Amino acid sequence: MNRRLTPMEIAGSLAVLAALLALWWLASHAGWVSKVFLPTPEATLASLHEGLAAGELAGFTAATVGRMLAGWVLAGVAGVGLGALVGSSAAARAWVGPTLEFIRPLPASAVMPLAIAIFGLSGGMVLAVVAFGAMWPVLLGTVHGLVGVHPRLREVAAALQLGRGEFVWKIGLPNAMPDIVAGMRLAMTISLIVSVVGEMIASQPGLGQAILLAARAFRASELFAGIVLLGAIGFVSNALLALAERRLLRWQHP
Amino acid sequence: MIRWLRPFVFPALLLAALEIWARTVGAGSDAVAPPSAALRAFAAALVDGSLLAATAFTLGSAALGLLVGGGLGVAMGTLLGLSPRASRLGFVSVELLRPVPSVALIPLAMLVFGFGLRMEISVVAFACLWPMAMLTQAAAQQVEPRLLEVARALQMNAWQRFAWIVGPAMVPRLFVALRLGVAIALVVAVTVEIAANPNGMGYAMMIAQQSLDPALMLAWLLWIGVVGFAINAAATWVQQRVARRMGEGRP
Repeated sequence: MNRRLTPMEIAGSLAVLAALLALWWLASHAGWVSKVFLPTPEATLASLHEGLAAGELAGFTAATVGRMLAGWVLAGVAGVGLGALVGSSAAARAWVGPTLEFIRPLPASAVMPLAIAIFGLSGGMVLAVVAFGAMWPVLLGTVHGLVGVHPRLREVAAALQLGRGEFVWKIGLPNAMPDIVAGMRLAMTISLIVSVVGEMIASQPGLGQAILLAARAFRASELFAGIVLLGAIGFVSNALLALAERRLLRWQHP
Repeated sequence: MIRWLRPFVFPALLLAALEIWARTVGAGSDAVAPPSAALRAFAAALVDGSLLAATAFTLGSAALGLLVGGGLGVAMGTLLGLSPRASRLGFVSVELLRPVPSVALIPLAMLVFGFGLRMEISVVAFACLWPMAMLTQAAAQQVEPRLLEVARALQMNAWQRFAWIVGPAMVPRLFVALRLGVAIALVVAVTVEIAANPNGMGYAMMIAQQSLDPALMLAWLLWIGVVGFAINAAATWVQQRVARRMGEGRP
C-alpha cells in the first residue's frame, strides 16, 4: 500500500470482512461444513468471551506471549552478539561463515528432540529452542550489516584509530541497524511459531497446548477461540514492530 | 586447496569435540552420541529403507503443499496486484488472516483430516499461501510502467496485456517467491511431523529420541540439515538461472 486508504475504501474493506464472516455464519448454520470442524461464529465468540473472562484462556495467552517475548529477547541478544563477533572479523567469516549458512535452513523445530534429550520436557527447553530458532535472522542480519559498512567509513575509523570494539559499537552496529531490525521482525514470527510448537510437544501451559487439547476433545469452538487469539498475537506484535521500525530508522530518511 | 577446505574445518572440529566428549564424559548418555555412532545408525537406516521412505514422505507432502498453497497464492497475488480495487477491498481481511501462525492450524487440520498426508499438505499450503501471495502482488505491481505504455499504445485488451506483457515480466520475481516458498514448505512439513503427524523425517527423529537412541536421533538431525541445505541451494540456483535468462540486471 503506497498511500493511506480513504474512509470509503476502509468501509469497503470492512464490508468484505463482514461478508466473509457472514459466509462463515451461513456455512456453519446451513450445515455445509460439519459443526465438528467448523463452529458457528457465535459459539467461537462465546468460547472466547468465557475463556477470557474466566481467566483460563487469558492465562494461556499471557504464558504464550511471555514465552515468545523472552525467547525473542534472548535471540536478539545472542544474535547481535554472535553476529558482531563473526561480522567484525574477516577470519571468523571465512572459517565459521559457511557453517552458519549450513545451519540456517535447518528447521528450528528439528532441534527440539535434541533439546528434549538434553533439557527434558521443561519450559526451559522450549525457551532454548525458541531462542535458538529465532536467533538466525538476527545473527545473519548483523553479519550482513557489518560487512556492508562503506569503505570510506572504515577509513574514517582507521584515521580515528578506533579499536575493533569501538568500530563495531560506533559505526558497525548503527550501520547494521536496518538489517538487525528486519531480522528482529522475522525473529518475532519464528518465536511465536516455535513457542506454540514447544507448548504442543512439551505440554507447557499456553495456547499451543490449549488448542491441541481442544482439538483432541472435539471442542471446535475452543479450538477456534485459540486460533483467533494466536492470530491476534501475531497481528499485534507485527504491527508494533512495524511501528518501532519506522521510529528506529527515521534518522535514515531525513 | 587450503582455501577450498576452509569451510569444513570448523564443523570438523565441532564433530571431533562431540566425539571425544561423548566417548569420555558423556559415555552412556541418553542425550548425545558420538558422531561415528550416528554415522553407523545413518547407514543402517539407509539400508533398511526407512530413511528414504521418511524423506520421500516429507519432501512429497512439502511439494504438494507448496503446489496447492503456492498456486492459490500466485492466483490471489496476481488478482490483488493487478486490480488496485481488489487489493483495497481485501486489505483488512488479508491483514487479519496473514499473521495467524501456520502451526495454529495443526490441531484443526488434525480434526478435519486425521493424521497423514492431507493434514500435512493443508498446513504447508496455508503457510506458503501468504508469503507467495504478497510477493506475487509486489511482482505484479512492480512491472515496468513503460511496458504498460507499450501495451496501451498497441491497444491490447486486458487478457493480451496479461499474457504478453505483465505475466512474462513477473516471472523472475515469481521464482524469488518460489525460493522462499520452498524454504517455508520444508520447515513447516518437518514441524508438523514433529508436533503431530506420525510420518516422515520429523516423526522418525522424535521416535528416535523417545526410544532413547541418541545415535539415530543425531543421524536424523544431520540428515534433515543436509536435505534442507541441498534443497535451498537448488532453489537458489534455479532462481538465479531464471533471473539471468530473463535478463534481470541488464539495463
